[in-house]
Amino acid sequence: MIIAVLSGFFFAALLPLLGRFARKSVPLIFSFLPIALFVFFLTSLPLIKGGNTWISYHSWIPSFGIDLSFRLDGLSMLFALMITGIGALVFTYTAYYLKGHPYLDRFYGYLSMFMASMLGVVLSDNLMSMFIFWELTSISSFFLIGFNNEEASSRKSAMTALGITGFGGLVMLAGFVLIGHAADTYSITELLTRPEVLKSHSSYTWIIVLVFVGAFTKSAQFPFHFWLPAAMKAPTPVSTYLHSATMVKAGVFLLARFTPILGDTFWWNTTLITIGAFTMLYAAIHAIFRVDLKSILAYSTISALGILVFLIGIGSEKALLGAALFILAHALYKAALFLITGIIDHQTGSRDVSKLAGLRKVMMPVAVAGFIAALSSAGFPFLIGFLSKEVMYEAGLQFGEWAFLLTAILVLTKILLFVAGFWAGIKPFSGILPNEFQKVTLPSALLWVPPLLLGTLSLLFGVFPSIIEQALIQPVVSSMTGKESPIYLALWHGFNLVLLLSVITLLLGFFLYVFLKPSEKLFSKTLRFENISPENIIETIGSYFSIFAIKWTKFFQNGYLRNYVITILAFLTILTAYRLFGGVNIYIDWKQISVITPSEIIVVVLMIISIFFAILSTSRTASIVALGVVGFANCLFFLFYSAPDLAMTQFSIDTLTVLLFMLVLVKLPKNKTFSSKRIRIRDAVLSLLFGTLIAILTLEVFEEPSSSEVSKYFADNAYLLAKGRNVVNVILVDFRGFDTMVETVVLVIAAVGVFSLMKLDLNPSKKE
Amino acid sequence: MKSLIFRTASTYLLPLMLLFSIFILLRGHYLPGGGFVGGLMAAIAFLIHSFAFGLKETKEIIKINPGYLMPIGLVLAVGSGMVPLFVNDPFLTGLWFEEPFRFIGMVGSALFFDIGVYLVVIGATLTIMFSITESV
Repeated sequence: MIIAVLSGFFFAALLPLLGRFARKSVPLIFSFLPIALFVFFLTSLPLIKGGNTWISYHSWIPSFGIDLSFRLDGLSMLFALMITGIGALVFTYTAYYLKGHPYLDRFYGYLSMFMASMLGVVLSDNLMSMFIFWELTSISSFFLIGFNNEEASSRKSAMTALGITGFGGLVMLAGFVLIGHAADTYSITELLTRPEVLKSHSSYTWIIVLVFVGAFTKSAQFPFHFWLPAAMKAPTPVSTYLHSATMVKAGVFLLARFTPILGDTFWWNTTLITIGAFTMLYAAIHAIFRVDLKSILAYSTISALGILVFLIGIGSEKALLGAALFILAHALYKAALFLITGIIDHQTGSRDVSKLAGLRKVMMPVAVAGFIAALSSAGFPFLIGFLSKEVMYEAGLQFGEWAFLLTAILVLTKILLFVAGFWAGIKPFSGILPNEFQKVTLPSALLWVPPLLLGTLSLLFGVFPSIIEQALIQPVVSSMTGKESPIYLALWHGFNLVLLLSVITLLLGFFLYVFLKPSEKLFSKTLRFENISPENIIETIGSYFSIFAIKWTKFFQNGYLRNYVITILAFLTILTAYRLFGGVNIYIDWKQISVITPSEIIVVVLMIISIFFAILSTSRTASIVALGVVGFANCLFFLFYSAPDLAMTQFSIDTLTVLLFMLVLVKLPKNKTFSSKRIRIRDAVLSLLFGTLIAILTLEVFEEPSSSEVSKYFADNAYLLAKGRNVVNVILVDFRGFDTMVETVVLVIAAVGVFSLMKLDLNPSKKE
Repeated sequence: MKSLIFRTASTYLLPLMLLFSIFILLRGHYLPGGGFVGGLMAAIAFLIHSFAFGLKETKEIIKINPGYLMPIGLVLAVGSGMVPLFVNDPFLTGLWFEEPFRFIGMVGSALFFDIGVYLVVIGATLTIMFSITESV
């Protein structure tokens, strides 16, 4: 399974080499990967039948309890199939949609990176690796949303999305760490075997709050929902893939995953029901006030996500079944609607639902796909949307004393979504074709086959629910409930309250669709409330924060190196002085001090002379060289006390420093003006204080009983475990190899930083 | 700098110091040395050369942009860490050939890791130094 998950990353890494060739000649070749993965998961379906799981384990960082183990059960299977299946369609669709785009290969790189990280999220069995993949989805979606990086608005939406989801991810990490702390494991499989540990733990409330923030930011729940409509700046294939079918459902996935572990408590249920119910209604109302097709779809997606959160909050077996069905139904119809919107946009250049009409005359297959998707979204019988709606209503009605209110909200949301779905799927195709669209033509089959395929599946599963009943949906439900849950799907439940509600939904929805016309006027009415929208509030906080940051930075970092040094030293001095105020504990055992050799005396004298020379010299170059002498003298001490590695490194560093200063200073004029006496005295006092404090600190260190356990371990095992006799180097490349690796990355970042700072020319007119 | 002595000396110093830096890199696992110090020495060698002959000549000797050494080194270091993954060991486990090689001694994944560090250090140091030199 590890190959299936990571192949997307390898694929993306190959693209810079092969991409140019593939982009020009056979863009369809990119679809090969998701199709292969889809087939792979489809053939693995029998493995999970009846609630079985398939776990594949790869150790990664065992000392931290982090591994790359993957768990394929019903829930992850459903998501993996959606990710790869819709991925395959989107990959194919893009081949034509962005045909001839100069960065097409780059786009596919981001897309396959995203697909791989998304697979990682849903398949990970380890919370830490899940977090890593989770953040990778945020990062790769950042590139996808900002794909048109020459537009400022694109860049802004990408930043917003990354900011919100990245923030949520970090909060979630804190939650995961708490879980690991409380249960002493990061493995989901292990957590599933003993859920009571976490539920009875004292930090349970914190855990669910932190996990909720992670899930809500990713799944665009109120008040974090606004990044999703903004993210619609992305090319339509991205919106289809990320913002309807996969990434936004990661939060829902997280909640579903944790339902058997953390769920079924008062706070869990209440919070999810409240947030979910509020989000679904709020977003559904928003959806019907929009005129841009993509905005309508964005808000209806948020609303659908709200429904899912709401259903997971109810948490009964029926509700979870409803959630499982709705995840699938929504992915099928919403992805189709997005793809159709993309086609309309591509062919007509407009996404304004109040202008689009009559397009069925010129693109019949697309109209058929739109028709099916809209019907499924509305929940007409014989479509999978109908099944999910029935189960949903049933779950709502079974919910104790609040049943009436909750079901009412659900029905109302569904009615509004009915309208939104019809606007996106039917409105552009019905009516009379306006003159301006007479010349519109049917695009290549690559564009319209994918949505039609999705529609066919909606229809197929809707008419024959037995295809997915036992093979897919039952394992999904049992992995959410944590036990064998028999399910039964049927088209006909008899005449009952649920059916009545369904009929009411359809009738009222249709009524509303006929009488409510989308227009700019309606949209402008909502603008009044912009000031109190969460988006505005968070943005205002953000802008004040950056103003504060600028002022703070300007105060402390005023561009004079000497001021920086003074600030740092003064701060350290005050801090350590405060600490030492409580009493100093120095005891020097004169008997233990080793004999002072003549060579040491010579070196110390040399040091002192060069220090004074550095201070008093009038030539910069001489000062620098004198400082270099101090450094070399230091190295000699390292050598005397048998630290040759340190000495060698210090030698090289000192040489480099002197060389660097020489490079810069040779070009400067001689020291002509000196700082005033007062400043010099201030500097001298500060340096003396700092030096004294450091000396005291060093002496104090001797008082601490030094623990030699670590160094003894390294010394003993350097040759046994790492086959090296030089302990320092073995620590660097083996025992602490990870540190070294990260440090080299830091070094590279520093180099790139210096390079760009030096080469950056903010004033291009100066160039000759 | 236009000193004839310095120029002549640096012509001979460059190959010597480079060889020495590689020597330091290779012996690192058993005796004082290692990729970091070795890299610094190699960078110093080039810098001294650039002092004597000017940046342009040094760049011509290096042929490739030293900045490219950074990604190459990083890939080498990360790659050597990934190798153990293929035999189901954790990331960065040291793997070694059974028999020592001639002149080089024992060869293992740690050596390639160190070579990666060596290249990154040369690349980063030279990039920093060269871009500062070019700008002042």
